[in-house]
Amino acid sequence: MMDKIILAGFGGQGVMFIGKVLAVAGMVADLEVCWIPSYGPEMRGGTANCSVILSDREIYSPVIDKADYGIVLNQPSYDKFLPRIKSGGTLVVNTSLVNLDTVRDDVNIIGLRATDLAYELGNANVANMVCLGALLPYLQLTDYAKVEKALEQVVGSNKKELLELNIAAVKKGMKRAVDN
Amino acid sequence: MVKKVLMKGNEIIAQAAIEAGCKLFFGYPITPSTEIIEYLAKHLPKAGGTVLQAEDEIGAISMCYGAAATGARVMTASSSPGISLKQEGLSYCAAAELPVVVVNVNRTGPGLGGLGPMQSDYFQSTKGGGHGDYRLLVLAPSKAQELYDLTMEAFDLADKYRNPVLLLTDGFLGQMMEPVELKPKPASPEFDRSWIVNGAKGRKKRIIASYALSNEVGEAINLHWEAKYKELKEKEQRWEEFYAGDADYLIVSYGTTARIAKSVVLNARRKGIKLGLIRPITLWPFPEKAFLPYKEKIKGAVTVELNTGQMIEDVKLALECKVPVHLYRRLGGMLPTEDEILAFVEKTFCPGLEEV
Amino acid sequence: MEKVFGRSKGLSGTPFSFCPGCTHGIIMRLIAEVLEELDIIEETIGVSPVGCSGFCQDFFTCDFVSGAHGRAQAIGNGIKRALPDKIVFTYQGDGDIAGIGTQHAIHTAARGEKITSIMVNNALYGMTGGQMAPTTLKGMKTTTTPYGREVEVYGYPIDLPKIIAALDGAVYVASVSVDTPKNVLQTKKAIKKAFRVQQAGLGFALVSVLSTCPTNWGLSPQESLKWLRENMMPFYAMGELKATEEVKNL
Repeated sequence: MMDKIILAGFGGQGVMFIGKVLAVAGMVADLEVCWIPSYGPEMRGGTANCSVILSDREIYSPVIDKADYGIVLNQPSYDKFLPRIKSGGTLVVNTSLVNLDTVRDDVNIIGLRATDLAYELGNANVANMVCLGALLPYLQLTDYAKVEKALEQVVGSNKKELLELNIAAVKKGMKRAVDN
Repeated sequence: MVKKVLMKGNEIIAQAAIEAGCKLFFGYPITPSTEIIEYLAKHLPKAGGTVLQAEDEIGAISMCYGAAATGARVMTASSSPGISLKQEGLSYCAAAELPVVVVNVNRTGPGLGGLGPMQSDYFQSTKGGGHGDYRLLVLAPSKAQELYDLTMEAFDLADKYRNPVLLLTDGFLGQMMEPVELKPKPASPEFDRSWIVNGAKGRKKRIIASYALSNEVGEAINLHWEAKYKELKEKEQRWEEFYAGDADYLIVSYGTTARIAKSVVLNARRKGIKLGLIRPITLWPFPEKAFLPYKEKIKGAVTVELNTGQMIEDVKLALECKVPVHLYRRLGGMLPTEDEILAFVEKTFCPGLEEV
Repeated sequence: MEKVFGRSKGLSGTPFSFCPGCTHGIIMRLIAEVLEELDIIEETIGVSPVGCSGFCQDFFTCDFVSGAHGRAQAIGNGIKRALPDKIVFTYQGDGDIAGIGTQHAIHTAARGEKITSIMVNNALYGMTGGQMAPTTLKGMKTTTTPYGREVEVYGYPIDLPKIIAALDGAVYVASVSVDTPKNVLQTKKAIKKAFRVQQAGLGFALVSVLSTCPTNWGLSPQESLKWLRENMMPFYAMGELKATEEVKNL
């Protein structure tokens, strides 16, 4: 089994952070993991992106051409990465900032107003974790328990408030995805 | 088993150097290699070593030359334009037979280029680079664990052969994070240290130099180097084979593209195409031996490279031009997809396949 | 009879291969004597450059490393960083240190590298047959300035010790000459101080020694010394250009 995930948004929206959390969640589960930051021209441009592969066997190609899953946090990322999702794949979209005028019938699009939902939690910065929560039910190789452990490692269990905020955001996203 | 940790390629190289007993690092920052000097600046002093950001790349490699002359384990790292500046020093290190480990995180070129991955420095790495008839031992890792293991081993190889060793990676491998087992370094054998300079106390003075103004002496030294390079060719060729045994066609690729090629091999096999891979791990000496069993057997080969065709020359020589060898390449920092490589293989070797 | 002068233990006995009247031999002899007097021959690693001074490893009894043109100081920095308790010195011509190796000269001084550099300035590239150096004086004829150094084309000569003295990491900078017995003694004092600075770990020390090149200047040894006094000494700042309080108290 292999989950290929693409993550994208404005620089500063915490795209790399989602990648890190997913990668560490993979480490927690003793999976093969490959995390690649956006590289090349995009690094200095409007959107940041990274990709994570989780696998229960050796990862050969680290390059994702078509992803099984994606999270996009802003409009340019949606426009750029919608075509990069595999037919039958799932894309979580932050509809607080993305207009879903164009869609694909063969891609499961989970739209949620992640920035607004994050505001409800008191911090718009955790829109990324809301989206991660919304994607979690669809991933094959990781789940909430592993992500919680990963957050403890990445945020640090000594930063209790920040950790709780992130966990609350993930839970909120999960709930919204399930309700849908 | 040592617990695996998630680390960036460049940081893995730096950590491996510390584990290998590297005591001095001289460098100059350049993207996409900078994490190496940054990581070492933070961690090497704690391990009793020294990191010095030099005035330039020429200074850095010259400092390596001086430090290596004392028998200390020393490394420098850079990316393509910086490696060009180091060529003078590398020629001198090769001539004075100084064990220096050099990392090139290949970015795009020529000129300033961009930050993406390329394999455009293959010629520079394997065919000389600087002036004079010398060779570097060139190692080409393709995943995290190999970055770690080969970096550690590079120091032993440098000491064993008294020759600079070049670790050739690229901007992609340098930035990628993968799990790595930070294994303790296996014990090194005892290396001859009867040549180092550390003050002529109770012994005759020693000179480390590379000049030879008499042509007779010059030839003798060149013959000595030639013998060493022959020994390296005999003993140190390394490669990995992946589904090569029964292959009709071979992909030859190293580093990042070799990983993509592995996926291509599996995809091709699913379609009934007997495709295999030879992945050179040493780029110099080029693993000619890997091709011996296949040169009469296969129907063709494709090199997948991030340049306009550099390694393909060595592959053609290794296959003695007995079968057609084609090039599939992407340039300027772009990476090929699995699908486009497979499509090229099919179009080249099985033109009727798509009509079946 | 009492022996009043002999070859220093710092010299190997290999005969100097320099042209008649060249002062390299005197300067190397002074360094060897200083190494002997400070009892550091066995602790010292010299670094030789490329040029006429590039043969110096043959003449000393200490360990030596010879590298690329201009890189002696960078190499010396590498040695010293690896062996901080040893004594490291570079012996370089003006073309080596003030031309092709300028970046290392500036940064070695700026970082206060604890090495000693001896610069030998004869105002041209001697070994390659007398071409213009960064130190070639205005109007001076060389094989690449056959009509004399024109400042409109080639600009002005560099007085490197003055530049180095301006850098905080350089704690001792002296510009001396070996044109007279008195100046030879002064040069030896300066060289000795430059090594003692390193022994005390105070910072970077540079001694620049004005030297003659009768062969490429096209003058007799005697005329060369006169030419040096009349042309080089007025242009180059002479004497102790910098000595910090710590150095003065040595």
